[in-house]
Amino acid sequence: MLAYIIRRVLYAMPILIGINLLTFALFFVVNTPDDMARMQLGQKRVTPEAIQKWKAERGYDKPLLWNEQAAGADKITRTIFFEKSIKLFVFDFGRAEDNRDIANEIRVRMWPSLALAIPAFLVGLAVNITFALGMAFFRASYLDLWGVVLCVAMMSVSALFYIIGGQYLVAKLWHLVPISGYQSGLEAAKFVVLPVLIGVISGLGSGSRWYRTLFLEEMGKDYVRTARAKGLAESVVLFRHVLQNAMIPILTGVVAVIPLLFMGSLISESFFGIPGLGSYTIDAIQAQDFAVVRAMVYMGSVLYIVGLLLTDISYTLVDPRVRFA
Amino acid sequence: MSAHDIVLAVSGLKAHLDTPRGEVRAVDGVAIELRKGECFALVGESGSGKSMTALSLMRLLPETGRIADGRVMLGDQDLLALPEAAMRAVRGRRVAMIFQEPSTALNPVLSVGRQIMEVVERHSRLRLSGEAVRRRALELLEAVGIPDAGRRCEEYPFQLSGGLKQRVMIACALAAEPEILIADEPTTALDVTIQAQILDLLAKLQAERQMAILLITHDLGIVARMAQRVAVMYAGEIVEVADRDVFFAGPQHPYAQKLFEALPSPEKRGSELSVIAGQVPALTGTFSGCRFVARCELAYRRCHHEMPQLITIPEDHAVRRLVRCHLREEGLAPPPLVNASEVQTGTPVVAASPSVIVAVENLKVHFPIRKGLFKRVVGQVRAVDGVSLAIHSGRTLALVGESGCGKTTAGKALLRLITPTHGRVVFAGKDLSSLSREALRASRGAMQIIFQDPYASLNPRMRTADILGEGMRSLGVGRDKKDREDRMAELLAQVGLPLEVLSRYPHEFSGGQRQRIAIARALAVEPKLIVCDEPTSALDVSVQAQILNLLKSLQERLGIAYLFITHNISIVEYLAHEVAVMYLGRIVEHGTAQEVLGNPKHPYTEALLSAVPAVPVPAAPGADGKRGIIRLTGELPSPAQPPTGCHFHPRCPKAMPECRETYPQAVQLERGRTVNCLLYRASNAASSN
Amino acid sequence: MGILPVALWTDMLIWLLLSAITVFVWYCSRHAHLAAPWARVFRSRAALASAVFLAAYLMIGLCDSLHYRQALPTVDTRSPVAYAVEVRSLLDAALSALRERNERTYSAPLATRLHQKELIEKPDGSSSRDYPRLRHGGAHLANEDAWGEDIAWHLFAGLVASIALWGLLVAAMRYSFARRWPEIPWGAAYAALACMLALAGPLAALAVNYHVLGTDKIGQDVLYQALKSIRTSMVIGTLTTLVLLPVGIAAGIMAGYFRGWVDDAIQYFYTTLNSIPGVLLIAASVLMVQVFVDSHPDLFPTAAQRADFRLLMLCAILGAIGWTGLARLLRGETLKLVELEYIQAAHAFGVPDARILLRHILPNVSHIVIIALVMDFSGLVLAEAVLSYVGVGVDPTTISFGTMINAARLEMAREPMVWWALATAFTFMFVLVLAANLFADAVRDGFDPRVRM
Repeated sequence: MLAYIIRRVLYAMPILIGINLLTFALFFVVNTPDDMARMQLGQKRVTPEAIQKWKAERGYDKPLLWNEQAAGADKITRTIFFEKSIKLFVFDFGRAEDNRDIANEIRVRMWPSLALAIPAFLVGLAVNITFALGMAFFRASYLDLWGVVLCVAMMSVSALFYIIGGQYLVAKLWHLVPISGYQSGLEAAKFVVLPVLIGVISGLGSGSRWYRTLFLEEMGKDYVRTARAKGLAESVVLFRHVLQNAMIPILTGVVAVIPLLFMGSLISESFFGIPGLGSYTIDAIQAQDFAVVRAMVYMGSVLYIVGLLLTDISYTLVDPRVRFA
Repeated sequence: MSAHDIVLAVSGLKAHLDTPRGEVRAVDGVAIELRKGECFALVGESGSGKSMTALSLMRLLPETGRIADGRVMLGDQDLLALPEAAMRAVRGRRVAMIFQEPSTALNPVLSVGRQIMEVVERHSRLRLSGEAVRRRALELLEAVGIPDAGRRCEEYPFQLSGGLKQRVMIACALAAEPEILIADEPTTALDVTIQAQILDLLAKLQAERQMAILLITHDLGIVARMAQRVAVMYAGEIVEVADRDVFFAGPQHPYAQKLFEALPSPEKRGSELSVIAGQVPALTGTFSGCRFVARCELAYRRCHHEMPQLITIPEDHAVRRLVRCHLREEGLAPPPLVNASEVQTGTPVVAASPSVIVAVENLKVHFPIRKGLFKRVVGQVRAVDGVSLAIHSGRTLALVGESGCGKTTAGKALLRLITPTHGRVVFAGKDLSSLSREALRASRGAMQIIFQDPYASLNPRMRTADILGEGMRSLGVGRDKKDREDRMAELLAQVGLPLEVLSRYPHEFSGGQRQRIAIARALAVEPKLIVCDEPTSALDVSVQAQILNLLKSLQERLGIAYLFITHNISIVEYLAHEVAVMYLGRIVEHGTAQEVLGNPKHPYTEALLSAVPAVPVPAAPGADGKRGIIRLTGELPSPAQPPTGCHFHPRCPKAMPECRETYPQAVQLERGRTVNCLLYRASNAASSN
Repeated sequence: MGILPVALWTDMLIWLLLSAITVFVWYCSRHAHLAAPWARVFRSRAALASAVFLAAYLMIGLCDSLHYRQALPTVDTRSPVAYAVEVRSLLDAALSALRERNERTYSAPLATRLHQKELIEKPDGSSSRDYPRLRHGGAHLANEDAWGEDIAWHLFAGLVASIALWGLLVAAMRYSFARRWPEIPWGAAYAALACMLALAGPLAALAVNYHVLGTDKIGQDVLYQALKSIRTSMVIGTLTTLVLLPVGIAAGIMAGYFRGWVDDAIQYFYTTLNSIPGVLLIAASVLMVQVFVDSHPDLFPTAAQRADFRLLMLCAILGAIGWTGLARLLRGETLKLVELEYIQAAHAFGVPDARILLRHILPNVSHIVIIALVMDFSGLVLAEAVLSYVGVGVDPTTISFGTMINAARLEMAREPMVWWALATAFTFMFVLVLAANLFADAVRDGFDPRVRM
């Protein structure tokens, strides 16, 4: 068990290195720092000096991989690769365009993100499973049929519509909650309730349909017939037998995204003015702040890998076949 | 037989299934009576509706199915008229059921004990405490012969072997002490030695508890061993019902007779097996005559126009027997069964001096087990562990053993479909196991393989012509397209298929036809040896007979050698010249078929043969039971950790202390007869190898 | 006046894809086992009705994929013909009325006056703040009181034309398709066609004299924008697969077939790629494309080409990121297939690996490829909107649902609210995605109901 986890952690290492190389290539090799500088500064007033200054301010004026001018170990360390990419491993993200420390910013902004993402995630999961169980219980009836039709229709609506429509209806027309903004502490609740609601609704269609498929797949299995042959009630069959088995794919799928909750929701946060990591990322993308985007790419990947690890571990917890194997 | 002895009376039962092809009348007017304490066998080939009948009784049809009509009287209750909630009180409590596949019929994430306890909790009349329920579960586990019940109770299904899982299923079924147990092919997924254990257990429980068993099976041997009464189903109807002895003494319905004649047996060696032409009719339409008419050699005009009823035969007063056949109705005696003794004993099959075409020397296939942090190899699964064989041209060598003994792996390693870990496969003076892939190709044509599952062995996206042509193209058989087309026509004629199948796709063919195409594909490259990997185990008896006949006639005409991998002893008796018995990766006994099967020396061979439920030959009742009954305990050990000494000693009834110490060397008893057992060490025969 | 055909990259690829699909359809129709699942798909009423809507969208998209540059009127016949820098499409030509009749700013659907008050000089010289009349919308009405009557008349005319057209089309279909494939429930197609024409007819009739769906901030007709957005969605939904397919298929079946180190390498590669959050990877890549475009102005002479390049690169990026899902599915399926006996039979004949992959594996995983393709489409259409909203989607000058929403959402706060651009974009997108989803479901059921996606 422990060996298993250690092996998964070791397996994650090369992936982390791969991500690091990939982001390095994407940000510094595909386009040179000169290109970035020119774009940041605007095409018109670009002088070589301005570019040089821009690069020097951000530490992009060094060679990519190998510094000929430096001496000793500096040949490696005084390069863009070392300073920008290797340092990612120790979560040193450097500074953003506004000269703030990115790591610090992440620490501050992750709380609003979590305040929005965790409730949305938990409520969404509960609602999806409830809906799916309902459809599975009444399978092959009109209730199920219309449930599926509703799911497909809801899946076909753009997430932007839920956000814009919800904000208009609940906040603007009915004045039930503030349109946007955020306060920390308990006050946060009134700002998050609408985005949470919208998050749940926009995920309902695809989520509950997917879970319904999982439930129905389990219900076709032989052990369900055995359970019925024992004279168990349909609800017992559904909750004790089917749900437990279907929870294996559901839980492991769910566990994988838990770490990514830190990253927040890009669109929701920016729409509702919640100062989380999602809106931070969007602002950085729109302002073309490469340092922040690179930091977030790396953060997201690390969290994804943590998610993979948690998935592996959660398998051992929910599935006796893995636990005792 | 008084009326109150009847515990379950089914009449006019009809069950329909919705399929893409239309409504299938899977069960069409079935009537059976189940008496207290008896085992009633419902026997039939696949698609006859026997399982659907069983599920209908429990009202557990799949969602596409529904019960169209009929009555199922349990005492004075009509089960079909009960509301669902009341029916749930019957299921498990008064009628319990066990299924074919124990590995999927148990819930994988609940512990074994939990799955038994939930039945106890559901149906116990008293409210038992948690501790009492657990005690009851342990009792049940012990009753079904599971050792170390306390530990097993906490385990999960995947930790148990197939046999133990089926025992757990039986424990679940017994938990509420039902009056009736429906067993749907309870041993089909198990090996013969385990099958024997489970059948013994069922028979014991039935006798102890005066429980009625409705046994659904396709195996006449199991019927003969277990049942008091038998019903034969064909195309959704019961065609014959009789007491066991009466039935086996002389089946009356032409279909039942054909089933017997199609069974391979040693008496029929050298003669062709009787086959049933055609296929089971589609059950989507209605019938105007007898359902068997198209396949019946005795059919006459009335059979086409009038549906026969299930009636007693007029002059048949002495025995209780019902038959659905116009011939019997009119008092016509059944024609005598084609008896083995009346058939000429066949052509001499042994060639003057058969030459060795393939010699396998000390073949080993080990699969590494990796564990721990760096996936180090911590052990080997010794699937095949030193097998030596010589296969002679024009002869059949049967490789016999239970599942997991390594027989299929050995066959595939011989063809280099799996790379052997060690050993030599010598063909035409070359060691195939050391050749490169390219060099091997030249020898590929000489050795071919036929697989078990006819549905997986043909690419569904290729036409028959492409399937047959693939090997020829790859191995350069045939000069050009025209030549190959001529060859294909010849092949189809050889396997008895019409030419137009060339342009069709596999899904249009039945299992038997597919197997013929697979045989033609192998023949296309003119092989000297064909490895037949359980080629008939997925087929019904009547189709099996066709394939066996075909293989036999091909051997006689073309002089091909077969390595016939099987667990079915009766096929070996019918077809094989030589037999090698495998246990845990090694051959334990080897000799001619007559010697090994007629006079087994190794205790495992003996046990294996005695575990096979024999079908009594109708012409000579009482012919069964000539073999002493040896019951093996326990199951096949894991090939990753074979027992020390003789692999078989933990299960061997004749084990001696020294069996624990050393693995017995092969002892040559007669010419070409070897056995690996310390019992024969004392004999004066020289040890070979 | 002459024209100069312009072949944008995306145009060429779209037509290439279309011809590939045509060949595929023809090939399927010749092979019973390939045609059978499609027959099952079209036996579903929902799929058939969806197909009608998809076909309509497709027609519009294709019309919008034939581009040209108009010759400028020359004074001097001797000088070489000069062409306008503006690249137009067949659709633009057909909708020139909509395209050219710009208002000053917002106007509501079917309005005759602008959405905001302006200082108006009256004929008598005085001025007042009022909603001014539109330049084009309802300009033919001398008296605005006749507005209701006029609308009703247009509606009626549109409906009559629709019914006539419906009758013609249904007759044509009954005569051609329905005869050839009688087992298909054509009624659903006729009904869907009726629905669509009942909407399109009045819309078209009204569009002659009004801005049926209003105008946006710079006075452009919203209906025109919605129709132009269709092509963008289509390009993203289909061209992405051109990148995704070959990579996904090759990686998936090779990993599953060869196993060992090939499998390890491919798995490592796609786990790495997968672990970067999609939006961020797309964002980073698009930013880099933007940097590239900005630093190489010489490569892209016209704005249309610049926008087209970014669209193409977006497809390439989405494809380069999206293949992992398909590859994982195919790897799993191939792992199962290689154990099957017909593959082993092929090994027993010494059939080379390449041939086994092509003849045995690929045809037997093709249903998964087809299902994955149709299922991806709707997701990509939705993704475009989100990406464009974030600013990493299509070029801001490209008309798409995403850019329409992005432009319109800023006006949410305006009183009275400007809702029509949003409503139009969402509705057009909803119909497209819903039709695609329903069709995809039928394809999945028709090809393999057991595949989980």
